Amino acid sequence: MLKVLDSAVPVACWSCSVAHNESILFCPHCSKIQPPPGGDYFSVFGLAPRLDLDLGMLEHEFHRLSRKLHPDRFARALPNEKDWSLADTALLNDAYRTLRDPIRRTGYLLKLQGAEMGEEHSGKDRKDPSRVPADLLEEVFELNMQLEEMRMARKMGQTDPDLQADLTAAKKKFDGLLDAVDQDLRGQWKVWDEGDEAARQSAQKTMVALLDRRRYLSNLVRDVTETLGA
Amino acid sequence: MSEGRVVGIDLGTTNSLVAYMEGAAPVVIPGVDGSNLVPSVVALDPLPEGGGRPTVTVGNSARRALIETPERVIYSVKRLMGRGLSEVQSELKLFPFRLADDVEAGEVPRIQLGELKFTPPEISAYVLRQLKRNAERFFGAPVTQAVITVPAYFNDAQRQATKDAGRMAGLEVLRLVNEPTAAALAYGLDRANVGTIAVYDLGGGTFDISILKLRDGIFEVQSTNGDTHLGGDDIDNLLLTIALDEIYSEHGVDLRAHPSAVQAVRKAAIDAKIKLSTEQAAQFDIELPNGDRYQREIPRAVFEQLIEPVLERTAGPCKQAMTDAGLTPDQIDAVVMVGGSTRIPAVRQLVDDLFQLAPRGKKPHIELHPDEVVALGAAVQADILAGASTATEEMLLLDVTPLSLGIEALGGTVARIIQRNSTIPASATEHFTTGVDGQTNVAIHVVQGERELAADCRSLARFDLKGIPPMSAGLPRIEVRFLIDADGILQVSAREQRSGKAAQIEVKPTYGLSDEQVESMILESFDHAEEDFAKRLLIEARNEAETILSAVERAPESPAWQQLTGEEQAAVSAARDRLAAVKLGEDAAAIRDATLALDQATRRFAELMMEAAVTTAIRGKTMDAAGEEMGDEVTAPHPMAPAEFK
Repeated sequence: MLKVLDSAVPVACWSCSVAHNESILFCPHCSKIQPPPGGDYFSVFGLAPRLDLDLGMLEHEFHRLSRKLHPDRFARALPNEKDWSLADTALLNDAYRTLRDPIRRTGYLLKLQGAEMGEEHSGKDRKDPSRVPADLLEEVFELNMQLEEMRMARKMGQTDPDLQADLTAAKKKFDGLLDAVDQDLRGQWKVWDEGDEAARQSAQKTMVALLDRRRYLSNLVRDVTETLGA
Repeated sequence: MSEGRVVGIDLGTTNSLVAYMEGAAPVVIPGVDGSNLVPSVVALDPLPEGGGRPTVTVGNSARRALIETPERVIYSVKRLMGRGLSEVQSELKLFPFRLADDVEAGEVPRIQLGELKFTPPEISAYVLRQLKRNAERFFGAPVTQAVITVPAYFNDAQRQATKDAGRMAGLEVLRLVNEPTAAALAYGLDRANVGTIAVYDLGGGTFDISILKLRDGIFEVQSTNGDTHLGGDDIDNLLLTIALDEIYSEHGVDLRAHPSAVQAVRKAAIDAKIKLSTEQAAQFDIELPNGDRYQREIPRAVFEQLIEPVLERTAGPCKQAMTDAGLTPDQIDAVVMVGGSTRIPAVRQLVDDLFQLAPRGKKPHIELHPDEVVALGAAVQADILAGASTATEEMLLLDVTPLSLGIEALGGTVARIIQRNSTIPASATEHFTTGVDGQTNVAIHVVQGERELAADCRSLARFDLKGIPPMSAGLPRIEVRFLIDADGILQVSAREQRSGKAAQIEVKPTYGLSDEQVESMILESFDHAEEDFAKRLLIEARNEAETILSAVERAPESPAWQQLTGEEQAAVSAARDRLAAVKLGEDAAAIRDATLALDQATRRFAELMMEAAVTTAIRGKTMDAAGEEMGDEVTAPHPMAPAEFK
């Protein structure tokens, strides 16, 4: 996903040949579009990696850069410029999509720092008992039983108001736990953004664990919502 | 030459249009017959005497040929674009046309039309070429670049097929634009420039919903959803079924055994549907083969009850789109209505309820012509792409991909790499390795859709990464970059990172034509378009004249001819003689005018022929016209469906 930023190597603009040693989208001298820079998503917006972002500013920058980079602006340009516009805009869109979402942003920054993260797109880890957060073992066990019962009842065309109420209550509880995780994450953001190296290291560790827990909880909530709504 | 005008094209299931920006306002370009809508109907003309390839007619005159030579006419081809053999087979049950006998699994299906075979993109290319010619006639200059609209919920293969059709027609497709987004552009031109709008697009065969945020000229799509098999056709089918059932139970006549009669009842059903949008009741009055009359009144309340399940199917996608955008109904500032089916009052009521408009003192927007608004929006986008226009220089459209992109993982599950509703262009990079020592190939299966299993998603393409340097299993590290471009079409590139070698990729799209195939299907040489332009206009004008003259030549053989008054017959003859004379000259404009005059003089004759065909069809007499080959199912969309309200 990530390329190493090598900003020490000067790059010459393809158009005006003036060298620039930053990873940039446009030549500072002639304003021509440049091939996609190697920097991270934060650098696309001219930011250093940080977790607490001003989303209004981010959107404003996204729109400003889109106006300049989008392939619609290069429909009749040189083939090279067309290609770079496409690649640069994909980078801009990928970066914006990642950074504007607090959870994706946190995960991205942690990966950038070399943290080992859980699998993003498999919903299967909830089936693996070893991944259940220890403090939730008992409740998750019971919830899974109830979910199974609910599905069976549905299959038979029955409704069980008690079970429905139990599940609704459980969903509320797990929603609450999710909120708590999000609160904790925000707390860690501050630590990471403002702390020294040691504080950052410890915040990273905490956040990796929080994201794991969050992923687990949100899969659980999704399951309950799906079963209730089926 | 590439700096000519860029036109906007709505390539529709039932009708197609071409539009352009005249200063600050988009305008539809009329065809040679003065009509804004070109029916998406293509007819193969009769085999020329002395051999050679028959020419092709598009639009209203092709619709006319449906009566004379139904086996040489095709319509609603948009439903077949980018589809595989099995999908086309099931879709064709709804149509009177048939597949070529020698079509094999894995290739793009070809339709038998007279003695020739055509792929769906080729048929669409004929429609596009007609629109291109209409625009060229209008400007008096070549047109080589266009923006074409597609349903937002079109997948990769359907988009690619549309682009291929453009290329075959000699058009560089600068951009594919989603239809609801185009409509938003048309509406957004002269409206307040901040807010959140929903576009509800219910056409003849497809339904789309898109939610956009407008801000300082930026149209940012938040989410889109839809159903590519939901539209006005479904409503027609309901009315048709009632009529056929009642005719059978009350009069003992089984019209289902007579496909051409079914088509005729279908036309009555469509007329009734249209009437019910403005009247409180509509009537069926159909003469049956046994001399009985089937007479039935349908009050609007009954109609609304009947179509409720169809309309209800649009609610789910609307709610999902709002959820995906993270919005509640009260956060939608305006709803724009697009597509002919949004004329139905019950549809407007449903939209009103879904988005809670009435309680907030709002109404759905219907100010722009629902049949034209998409083409107008395409013209706006064309102007944006052409650049250097003050009307659109501040505007920019940021659209999304409607379906998630995934890779088939072990066990047939899908690993999602680009989520639906991601702003495009969007990209994802994945790493692959080998499972066996010395392995030099890795196969990747890319799918599109939201389901958990690859088999339930739509297969997009299979990629073979070749030329991987032989290494121990698991050692190669192949980086594959997936990029969805601004047209919503996937591009793939790969590199083996340890050796630094660019891995060779062989792309086998599951559905679609190869570059070489498209190349070979290009309709004619456009290389010297410019110098030959005047000559081409003349040839085209003569061809059009030829087509209508030969139709008129056969007119006196038709019983409908006798129904014309002597005066009308004389007018037709006079117009025919004038055209025949002018045709020999070099003045393309004069030939066109004379063609138009003859077309107008024969209009009543054409109507009479159409009516005669319908009556004959219902009476169950053998009729060369609507023919035995008309579909054996009741659900075929009717090509004679009126496109506009009177």
